[in-house]
Amino acid sequence: MGHRRSTWVRYLLLTTAALVFAFPFYFMVVGAFQQAPTNSPESLVPTSGWTLGNFAAIDARIDLVRSLVNSLIFTVGVLLGTVVFGLLAGYAMARLDFRGRGATWVLMLLVQMVPFQLLMIPLYVQITRGFGLGDTYLGMIAPFAINTTAVFIFTQFFRALPQEMFEAARVDGAGELRILTSIAAPLVRPALVTVVLVTFIGPWNEFLWPFLITKDASLQPMAVSLANYISNVAQSTANPNGAILAGATALAFPVVILFVLFQRYFTASDLGTAVKG
Amino acid sequence: MTAAPAAGRPRLRTRLLGAQPIGALFALPYLVFVAVIFAYPLGFAVYIAFHDYFFTAPGVDVPKPFVGLDNFASVLTDPQVLQSFRNTAVFLVINVPLTVVLALVLATALDSGIRWVAAYRVAFYVPYLTASVSLVGVWMLLFSSGGLVNSVLGPLAPNPSWLINSALAMPTIALYVTWKQLGFYILLYLAALQNVPRERHESAMTDGANAWQRFAHVTVPGVRPVTTLVLILAIITGANLFTEPYLLTNGGGPDGASSTPVLLIYQQGIQQQNPDTAAAIGMLLVIVVGMLSLAANRINREA
Repeated sequence: MGHRRSTWVRYLLLTTAALVFAFPFYFMVVGAFQQAPTNSPESLVPTSGWTLGNFAAIDARIDLVRSLVNSLIFTVGVLLGTVVFGLLAGYAMARLDFRGRGATWVLMLLVQMVPFQLLMIPLYVQITRGFGLGDTYLGMIAPFAINTTAVFIFTQFFRALPQEMFEAARVDGAGELRILTSIAAPLVRPALVTVVLVTFIGPWNEFLWPFLITKDASLQPMAVSLANYISNVAQSTANPNGAILAGATALAFPVVILFVLFQRYFTASDLGTAVKG
Repeated sequence: MTAAPAAGRPRLRTRLLGAQPIGALFALPYLVFVAVIFAYPLGFAVYIAFHDYFFTAPGVDVPKPFVGLDNFASVLTDPQVLQSFRNTAVFLVINVPLTVVLALVLATALDSGIRWVAAYRVAFYVPYLTASVSLVGVWMLLFSSGGLVNSVLGPLAPNPSWLINSALAMPTIALYVTWKQLGFYILLYLAALQNVPRERHESAMTDGANAWQRFAHVTVPGVRPVTTLVLILAIITGANLFTEPYLLTNGGGPDGASSTPVLLIYQQGIQQQNPDTAAAIGMLLVIVVGMLSLAANRINREA
């Protein structure tokens, strides 16, 4: 009897929490397609007033497609750097005995501890003034080019492969790059998906850094364009709420879809490894 | 494969460079990245904080004298800076306990063989995965003066409203961040719960412990290392707020009541062109976060 009651309490708790968690999304998506997003509880489930006008309204001010393409370029740049150089570094850390490996490991742990905010001012000076990369995709990508969390994930997965396999390949005369590309990397494909998921949400959602270094609106990723719309443009528009929710939906959905499709790769143990190092 | 090289040399080479020296080449791009993006700016940040540093036109070389702790002194006597640290304290007092308790309770409920786990998981993780700019836009509308939250509360709605009320702006941000980040912490706790041995629960049950007693005496001690991690990550997240006060309360308003150190770093360093005091705020922030993290680690170990 006591057991059944505690199960019931559990469902009640989880369902309440899930509704509270999901509600702002419901509000966002419904409001994005409403002529006038509701502010009263009676009309939370609208039956009329559907429109695509909100997307047109925000597109008229911030160029939705251009902003989303910029987000994509930023994100793909980071993903490429992270996958290519992260695989190389992770393989070296897990499978190659070289001078400086211990020091590199310590460095990786230290990098996880340096907060980006401390580096914000010097990085801004260095990248815009030192390298002249203000208002460029490269300048946007550079600080995120190799995700250290991804290097940790790759290292853990490469470590789990059997040593004999590598010895056999070496005896057969395969070079390390060849072992990595044709034997080891294909075996850690799940790690690759996890790394792509974990890395994707970083640059796609990032606001502060691209906001700092892009003044040119045609280069700004969606997060920055939407923030500019919210803080500058919205006040001067007649009915900004629907447009804000349309922009928010456009920015949120690619990540949500990617995650729902690949949910099973986004597991606690992978992330736990990453966070604990 | 080439013929085996002469006996003595490879062993010396192996001792000096390792069995696969090419590993250093593989790790080189990452090391260059760390040097350019982390090590150099870190040193540069310290340099800026101890000098009278200012931006000059390109190519102009003006001396930037060493000023010792002057930047720190002016930062520590700046009421705006002190207020931003106090605001962070308010944030942490609300956000950290809520985060730890809710994440552990919900993870425990999810872990007990329940149906529709995947659906619940999606509901909890989606805020964590979504861009803060999107969600801030939604919360802004929900918590605005004539917004949905106030119309549900009716006469109970605070006046002035949430985000323009100096007593409620920071607590509202704290609630927002708790909601946004909770899914990630639930994920960490779910992993930790896998490592709590089933036998401990079973033996507590045979001793007649009820669900609450088992939670308090088996689950909570069993996940203690992850609780330390959650505490530290929540403190770091709370100390680094920027997007939320910048957008949700329109630049740390009302009247600085929700300003944060990182918002001031942006305002002083980039908008007002005082990188030296901004760098000093950054260093102070890191020192405070480091001390809080050490304290969290120690308290949780002794508890």
